[in-house]
Amino acid sequence: MLETTAARVIARSTKLFTGGTAHWKGCRPENRQRIFVANHTSHLDFVLLWAMLPAEVRRRTRPVAAADYWDRGVVRRYLARRVFRAILVRRGGTRDPREPDPMLEALQHGDSLILFPEGTRGDGGQLLAFKSGVFHLAAARPEAEVIPVWLNNLHRAMPKGAFLIAPMICSANFGEPVGIAANESKQQFLARLQDAVLDLARVAPRAEK
Amino acid sequence: MNVYLDPEVRPLLTGLGATLTTASGVGFALHTRYREGSTAAVIANLNARIRAWWVMIAVFAVVTIAGRPAMVIAYAAVSFFALREFVSLLPGRIADHDALLASFFIALPAQYYLVATGWYGLFCVLLPVYGFLILPILSALRADSQNFLARAAETQWGVMICIYCVSHVPALLMLRISGFSDVDPRRAGLLVVYLVTVVQASDVLQYIWGKLLGRHKIAPDLSPSKTVEGFVGGAASAIVLGVVLAPITPFTRNQAAAMSAVIVLMGFLGGLVMSAIKRDLGVKDWGHSISGHGGMLDRLDSICFSAPIFFHITRYFFTP
Repeated sequence: MLETTAARVIARSTKLFTGGTAHWKGCRPENRQRIFVANHTSHLDFVLLWAMLPAEVRRRTRPVAAADYWDRGVVRRYLARRVFRAILVRRGGTRDPREPDPMLEALQHGDSLILFPEGTRGDGGQLLAFKSGVFHLAAARPEAEVIPVWLNNLHRAMPKGAFLIAPMICSANFGEPVGIAANESKQQFLARLQDAVLDLARVAPRAEK
Repeated sequence: MNVYLDPEVRPLLTGLGATLTTASGVGFALHTRYREGSTAAVIANLNARIRAWWVMIAVFAVVTIAGRPAMVIAYAAVSFFALREFVSLLPGRIADHDALLASFFIALPAQYYLVATGWYGLFCVLLPVYGFLILPILSALRADSQNFLARAAETQWGVMICIYCVSHVPALLMLRISGFSDVDPRRAGLLVVYLVTVVQASDVLQYIWGKLLGRHKIAPDLSPSKTVEGFVGGAASAIVLGVVLAPITPFTRNQAAAMSAVIVLMGFLGGLVMSAIKRDLGVKDWGHSISGHGGMLDRLDSICFSAPIFFHITRYFFTP
């Protein structure tokens, strides 16, 4: 109950503070299982993307976030675990192969995911090479649509290392679903997905330099 | 709250109400007549503009009647949203983050604090002197030299246009004009009403004249909608309005004609400068916050350029 209210307040205030607008270019905000794949430039990224989803979509969508940031401190941990229901992952660390993959489990449970396959935050200019996790998830759960997303301006609202958020109009462009084609290799799929995300940067009102 | 409604403002409010009602009526008639084709889009935009005008005029009237504290807060909010629009369109770099935070959370409240307390001297120099020098220092401390001059200038421009220039509208309340606002300082609010009415009327009248008679473009590369016919017709009729409104000001009719001519000309040229920036940044509008009009800055550009000049001319010639 408290979590639902907190979620609504956070989503509303995020949209108000960032003047956030969602541009659904290649798909509609329907309530179906999806893996949102976006560029990563700020700790706020998933908060904004999540805030822009309609409430019923938001409820089933779980962001994948860095444990070293979000698992620190009472407030952040509460927000990450209870309000955003984030799947917290250790960056750079290796998972014990005998343990189940929490992302795959969430997908099998019917949840949607927000994923940043660059693995780390870029400077907002270019896209780093995608890690292969998204390919394995998409292959294991083909009914979940992979939606490329470009987040605009967030690295300027709260860049790497910044403590305070600057007021900045941010937006998200949602593209057409990218599925794994027949006989497509991991590299081919990742390259295609990466291009799809970058294409959305170009249709942004003002493409980043 | 300091409610104050000058008897001389009532005819203006009645006139605005009548004008808007007429506009809404005409808009509705046009909407029923042209349902398809390219005209329909123009009419739809016109009606969105008229609806937004109802809201803007209502907010402006309430804020102006509520008095100084409300006005300071309202224009601070306008500055905030305008600056946010401005910096969002800039390329910017991460190293400017501290300068941005200082602009929004220190420069802006400080400038409006000075308006609220009427500290004229510091109000004039805070941003053009202290802000001008300190903002680039904040960017330089982050040791990123790429496009440095352009970045520093862009932040300074945002601060000057969106905070400094806009703050001159409520700053009109500081002026003590003998025989006008020296006994009751609240009457200086009439100068705000006069300035904003003439500038915005000029914009609207230029739009109407341009749509009806516009043939020759003034600056096709900067602003394709500005025409000679629109400018001449709009400016002339806005100056007539400025003369008609002379009784709410300390100006004689001739002085009011000169004042409104300055306001109208600066507003028009300001619109041209801001259009040049928009073209440079590759956008048509500053934002989408006011339906039909674009962003906050699209409605504000002419005020930004006319307010400081109107303030200083009035101060120089009419205050002791």
